[in-house]
Amino acid sequence: MSSHNSGVAELKFRDPARARSLADALTRVVGEIDRSPVSIMHVCGSHEQAIARFGLRATLPRSLNVIMGPGCPVCITDVPEVDEGVVLARQGVRIATYGDMLKVPGTSLSLADIRAEGAKIDVVYSVAHAIELAKQIHEPLVFFATGFETTAVATAAAILREPPPNFFVLSAHKYIPPVMEIVAEMPDTRVEGFLAAGHAATITGWGVFEPFVTRHRLPVVVAGFEPLDILAGLVRLAELIRDGQPAVDNMFPRCVTKEGNLRAQEQLWRVFRPIGGRWRGIAHVPNGNLRLRDEFSHLDARKRFDIDLHSLWDLAPAGLAQECICGDIMAGIKSPHDCALFGKACVPHSPVGACMVSSEGTCKIWYQYGGHPDLAATTAEGNSRGYCAR
Amino acid sequence: MCLGVPGKVVSVDGSIAVVDFWGVRKQICLDVVDQAVAPGDYILNHVGYAIRRIPTEEIGATLALYEELLRHAAADDDLMAADVRGEIHGATDEQS
Repeated sequence: MSSHNSGVAELKFRDPARARSLADALTRVVGEIDRSPVSIMHVCGSHEQAIARFGLRATLPRSLNVIMGPGCPVCITDVPEVDEGVVLARQGVRIATYGDMLKVPGTSLSLADIRAEGAKIDVVYSVAHAIELAKQIHEPLVFFATGFETTAVATAAAILREPPPNFFVLSAHKYIPPVMEIVAEMPDTRVEGFLAAGHAATITGWGVFEPFVTRHRLPVVVAGFEPLDILAGLVRLAELIRDGQPAVDNMFPRCVTKEGNLRAQEQLWRVFRPIGGRWRGIAHVPNGNLRLRDEFSHLDARKRFDIDLHSLWDLAPAGLAQECICGDIMAGIKSPHDCALFGKACVPHSPVGACMVSSEGTCKIWYQYGGHPDLAATTAEGNSRGYCAR
Repeated sequence: MCLGVPGKVVSVDGSIAVVDFWGVRKQICLDVVDQAVAPGDYILNHVGYAIRRIPTEEIGATLALYEELLRHAAADDDLMAADVRGEIHGATDEQS
């Protein structure tokens, strides 16, 4: 096969022969599409990790762009949401949150910054741990709840278990399906199909994408996280694009059903209601944010505390933040290599933008796995290949 | 936060299971999983909650990715392996 598929042999696939046959099928199918490049977006940090870690872009045909969209739950937590957590902590309220959130920049401060000043911030692995912590203390504890539907169901389940009276939730949870609509409608978008994340779809089911497909006439394929799963998902998506067939296909049946996990959905929607709100760098996303329903307002940190965001206004925003292009990267319009800060002023131990903070952020993934592994073999084309060629 | 991790159920007590993740045992909440879970079953864990019982015939294919990642568990710069380790140990990503 052509030289750019030679990378397959070097990768540690469970089944190298199948990997080669999938890579060849992908090259053939993409070749049969009468345009170049063909752009596919995935919306999952774990997909990007697997693509980068296993060097999958080296096996992709040249005319296929696989772009990471707004799939990092930490990164898309909006600046004012981080600010709410920062302000609460500076007001002396104890905060518990996931470790990835600590360094995510707000307007001028991150939770890590104020923890260094003495604010009480506990890192927890699970909402269940936050509740255990609340039971051991007498002061109020606010769980700063971030993440997509997979994480939001855990928060919902915990809330339905009648947490202790000193436990409150500051919800910055987000819901993936609506943001796909926003990306599909962006004037600059060239995305011709979406690869949906397997574990989020475990909750929602693949049926959730059917209205999207009908509305936007773009195919969606649900894929798992193994290199073979991702390649198989890309092949199917390319076939649907080639055939002009807007449909949903489930290439991860070992985890995802059409209906999804109904018990989880019941709890999710009993506790949360979708409202419109901003995602960092993307836009206002109708129905993209999950907020507590009125029935649970006694647990809502936004109702229980007076969060005075004005108190941050006197602090100067970080100068470098003006140059950060995380928003365009998360929208799939630009790549980390388009950013003047990437790998220079912005590195994992001293991140400027949210995409360099999280292990699921595009910039951190590219930084950690050597940027764009396939480019070493095709340097003459610079970074236009495989990502966001315009 | 996107990638769940599979583990084998050791015991079940009401809505809490003890689950073994490659030798690390943790308490996992069963409030969300939509099928009955018994010792010997495999579940997919996400932030301390089982989100799916893995069908028996799918266990081998499901574990393969994680075993490949954990083979290189020593490498600190391997983000994906570090995330999986974090899920297994319930550790946080504070230092990274």
